[in-house]
Amino acid sequence: MFGYYLDLALRSLRRNKALTALMVLAIALGIGACMTTLTVLHVLSGDPIPGRSTQLYYPQLDPRDMDGYRPEDDPPAQVTWIDGMNLLHARRADRQALMTGGAVPIQPAQSAIEPFFEDARYTTADFFPMFDVPMLYGHAWNQADDEGSARVAVISRKLNDKLFQGKDSTGQTLLMNDVAFRIVGVLDSWRVTPHFYDLNNGSYSEDEGVYLPLTTAKDLKLARNGSTDCWGKGSDPDHMDTAPCVWLQLWVQLDTPAKVAAYKTFLVHYSQEQKTLGRFQRPPNVRLDDVMGWLDFNKVVPGDVRLQAWLALGFLLVCLVNTVGLMLAKFLRRSAELGVRRALGASRREVFMQLLVESGVIGLTGGVGGLLLALLGLWLVRKQPSDYAALAHLDLSMLAATFLLAVGATLLAGLLPAWRACQVTPALQLKSN
Amino acid sequence: MQIQPVLAALRRHRLATLLIVMEIALACAVLCNACFLIANRLQQTRLQSGVDETSLAELTLTGFDPSQATDLNARVLDGLRTIPGIQSVSVINAVPFGQHAGTAGIKLSRDTPDSAGVVDFYVGGPGSFEALGLHVVSGRAPQATDMSAVADFLPKSAPVLVSRALAAHLWPDADPLGKVIWCADRPYRVTGVVDHLARPAGGQGGPETREWSVFVPALPGENLAGVYLLRAAPDQLNRVLRDARARIAKIAPEVVVDSLGSQTLPQLRDRYFRDDRAMAGMLLGVIVALLLVTALGIVGLTSFWVAQRRKQIGVRRALGATRGDILGYFQTENFLIVSFGIGLGMLLAFGINLLLMTQYELPRLPLLYLPIGALVLWGLGQLSVLAPALRAAAVPPVVATRSV
Repeated sequence: MFGYYLDLALRSLRRNKALTALMVLAIALGIGACMTTLTVLHVLSGDPIPGRSTQLYYPQLDPRDMDGYRPEDDPPAQVTWIDGMNLLHARRADRQALMTGGAVPIQPAQSAIEPFFEDARYTTADFFPMFDVPMLYGHAWNQADDEGSARVAVISRKLNDKLFQGKDSTGQTLLMNDVAFRIVGVLDSWRVTPHFYDLNNGSYSEDEGVYLPLTTAKDLKLARNGSTDCWGKGSDPDHMDTAPCVWLQLWVQLDTPAKVAAYKTFLVHYSQEQKTLGRFQRPPNVRLDDVMGWLDFNKVVPGDVRLQAWLALGFLLVCLVNTVGLMLAKFLRRSAELGVRRALGASRREVFMQLLVESGVIGLTGGVGGLLLALLGLWLVRKQPSDYAALAHLDLSMLAATFLLAVGATLLAGLLPAWRACQVTPALQLKSN
Repeated sequence: MQIQPVLAALRRHRLATLLIVMEIALACAVLCNACFLIANRLQQTRLQSGVDETSLAELTLTGFDPSQATDLNARVLDGLRTIPGIQSVSVINAVPFGQHAGTAGIKLSRDTPDSAGVVDFYVGGPGSFEALGLHVVSGRAPQATDMSAVADFLPKSAPVLVSRALAAHLWPDADPLGKVIWCADRPYRVTGVVDHLARPAGGQGGPETREWSVFVPALPGENLAGVYLLRAAPDQLNRVLRDARARIAKIAPEVVVDSLGSQTLPQLRDRYFRDDRAMAGMLLGVIVALLLVTALGIVGLTSFWVAQRRKQIGVRRALGATRGDILGYFQTENFLIVSFGIGLGMLLAFGINLLLMTQYELPRLPLLYLPIGALVLWGLGQLSVLAPALRAAAVPPVVATRSV
């Protein structure tokens, strides 16, 4: 019967081309706008590190003095050097890494390339296994390198392509900030969006080109990029290890919920201990968010993007109400024809199915149109200046979602008119002619 | 035109009528809020920075050792001063719409635990205040004797100027002149108030903090170097900045020119507000599409009604109704439906606005938007009903006598 209904639907849609076009256009516009904004939202609020995000946690402590203390305030977004190092050396988590962003001047050996600045990450060794960073050549440095402030570096694939034309550069020397570093590893292509482990330099910034041991960067006083929050005596650029400032990010890997609970208790105990020692003044105030929780806490997805998604949903709703109205008009106009079918023995159910097939066809066509409009919309978004613009691409799941949404929404819109059209009394329709 | 028969006819098409009413209501709600958002965005982009934007450019240099900063300042100031057309070059830490540099919390006395807010400090060397073109409304402009060396990012103590907005926030009922603000343990005495001075990047804490800025005169040196303020006639500004970048390559070949931080203020402003403009453009697109869909929906449904009522229209014409009567009938019908929709839509518009207010920094929807939205929708309804209604008016009376 489905094939027959499909044939009937196509005939009926062809009979009134203007009305059909109107309905398809409305659905396509609504779906196109919706899918464009939802895709952007989907890309921006996606899991940056699938599979690991529920095991990675971001500990926060409150080491500040009592100035401006309010019990309801959240702890600072970063940690001090002292706390970071204490927690790092406590090794209470499965893995832990302390890090901050920076920038280093790179002085290539080849005279053909002018010196340039490259974004850097100063971190401890667990960064690479913890974040599952893929390695193209060589390996990351180890804990001994951290402790010995070794002059070693891991570089990104992009930088390796630029400096060494993509050849295995491990073991080579790279001059940065007038210091010779030995390259121990080259990353494979790797980009996390959002840039969850450090949100200070733009939530959707690209990953760094150079990775150096944190202690090395501190010894050499390499330039930092990021945020520094100080209290009390304030910042002291020469002694950031003792200054009352938070400027480092600490990430820990906790594999089981029991370990998460234990680590949180550990953080509270640590805060209490520091308070007894007189370093902390505030009552213990800790947070331990996982990756998605941390992104939510920082409201990483731009408000504008959410607003656009809501707006597009509102627009889709208007388009659907519009389609319901038009379909109602179309179906009721065919009351006579439906009356004949009913009189010839078709049940209400069958007539209902026939009309739903017709609205499904409209939905599918609208979905195709919506997809084209969404591709156009995303192309327009990519032309936008925002730092996340380049990420706006349709993936397979969103492609499937487009059609599901289009057909689902149109079927839903078809329910009411179809039901209404089934209510016509066959006798009345036959009589009036 | 009598309304009674129109209402009676509508009652026979409850479902279709309800659908158009709903569509109009939704359109009205989205329209009012989207227009309001556009107005809000555009208003933000009209922000007064308080400086002579069209005559100013920023030049940012990086990659030099702090020990060479004083030498670099001297070389840059001397080297750029002779560029043809340049009016002045001075050292500053930040400019409006550029990278923020001196953002810090302040207090109103040394020992209070209460913060008075987070402000932006503009730290400027000799000539920078004049170059910015700031307008002093009370007190005095900085003098050469006010300037001292910068400790970390501020001098240890200095006479400062605050913006009028910041003065009103800190001392709502008192004269700000002579008052002291504290940053960490250091006092800064207010000696002047400027009309407007926007902070470099967005206001932390909403639009009302947008002008919480302090101007601190200081001497260039180790901790105040690398960012330079160039002033030239507006028509020469681009060329002067280009020349300046070229000259830097000669006088300081070891430094790196930061391209993002080396633009004219109009360019920086343009870049700063492009997200807002993009959003306003997108909202405008949605509004147009929304009105289009609504209009098409009205055309479609009215056409259906006209086709359905051909016979009744013929009877009415045969009984003496003029073409104008038929036209008027459909217009009145549309007016009534749209009016119901607008009534419902206004409630919805306020609901959505309340929701947006909790999520975004938005004021309440001004009442003015409602009559404007209503007028637009009434106009749209009448326009889209016109074609089907004219077709209805063209139905000849003889239709009444036909059996089919």
